[in-house]
Amino acid sequence: MKMPVSMTVNGQKVSGEVEPRTLLVTFLRENLRLTGTHVGCDTSQCGACVVHVDGSSVKSCTLLAVQAEGSNVTTIEGLAEGDKLHPMQEAFREHHALQCGFCTPGMVMSAIDLVKTHPQGLSEQEIREGLEGNLCRCTGYHNIVKAIAAAAKVMNAKA
Amino acid sequence: MYEFAYHRPASLAEAKTKHGGDDDRRYLAGGMTLLPTLKHRLARPTDLVDLARIGELAGISVAGNTVSIGAMTKHAAVAASAEVAKAIPALAHLASLIGDRQVRNRGTIGGSVANNDPAADYPAALLGLGATVHTDKRSIAADDFFQGMFATALEPGELITKISFPVPQKAAYQKFPNPASRYAMVGVFVAVTGGGPRVAVTGAGANGVFRVTAMEEALKGGWSADRLKGIAVPADGLNSDIHASAEYRAHLIGVMARRAVAAAG
Repeated sequence: MKMPVSMTVNGQKVSGEVEPRTLLVTFLRENLRLTGTHVGCDTSQCGACVVHVDGSSVKSCTLLAVQAEGSNVTTIEGLAEGDKLHPMQEAFREHHALQCGFCTPGMVMSAIDLVKTHPQGLSEQEIREGLEGNLCRCTGYHNIVKAIAAAAKVMNAKA
Repeated sequence: MYEFAYHRPASLAEAKTKHGGDDDRRYLAGGMTLLPTLKHRLARPTDLVDLARIGELAGISVAGNTVSIGAMTKHAAVAASAEVAKAIPALAHLASLIGDRQVRNRGTIGGSVANNDPAADYPAALLGLGATVHTDKRSIAADDFFQGMFATALEPGELITKISFPVPQKAAYQKFPNPASRYAMVGVFVAVTGGGPRVAVTGAGANGVFRVTAMEEALKGGWSADRLKGIAVPADGLNSDIHASAEYRAHLIGVMARRAVAAAG
């Protein structure tokens, strides 16, 4: 039996009717057509589905849409301001931190949460450990780590 | 996932009513184990009772010599808690090693303890510190709570409300994680509590977390990693799987225990 669900996604109030078993990522992709959030492994390991729920990074393939009732959700589509990329997106572009791009939305969302929880700055080791919930099968992580370090400087300078 | 009905109670009393002690109904805490289990169709509950909106189940408090952590407190909150870091730094450290950042942002201490995964981290802390599990009905010592793989003293419908930890004189946790799953291949929690030294092992036992009394006895003579040298943990009763044989895990217990004793200082 379907249940009503409503939340704020990328600043917009949204609502819908879902089965309780509907995952948040399914609601985002299929109901809201926000397909930037990806489903990779579907077993909470790869991190391609990471979004922010009430400011924390979570795996949206391991969360029911009804659990996010009333929450504030940010997806990769909610980062840029018009044509101006978020500093993390800009750093990924600048440092070529992607090849196929499949993991990129989750990487960017995890990385932003990582920087926000480390306002004092991040060492390379902390960045690598902070990405343990995100898998990239192309890049070998080097440029991703570089991009996050660069974005952290920009983000912390602004804060 | 199979279909189920979903409930979002606002109080402990309402949660109890929605569950009703019915084995086909399940409480939902952080969902980091339950939701993957449902996705794999390894369980088929008729109803999920989500505990996330029950304010009385979350929060950390330190009073005197006791650290109390509400059942719905997330791993990330324990790892980041200045109060926990001051009173029992080993506990904050352990919480920072669970899963990955996104799992720590959702997973809860109550959920982990109730699930009693044989490779989970928290059971080692509870048993190593001699913690107490508080439920809506009673208080259960950690020594009595864990009863084998995925088995606990909880009765149908019984709900963990908080865990209380006595502040130890010293403690440390050393974990050898599986590099893919982040679960402990072997994790050893050591502590000196009012009752003497305690050594608890997770990740290795076929029946879940357990204490190594031979090591505890050796440490009564003095807190030194050298005192654990030569204490062989039998491979009988340890897990053997694609990641490691029982013999390898038995060896790792000794290594991680010595590292933990050294880390506790």
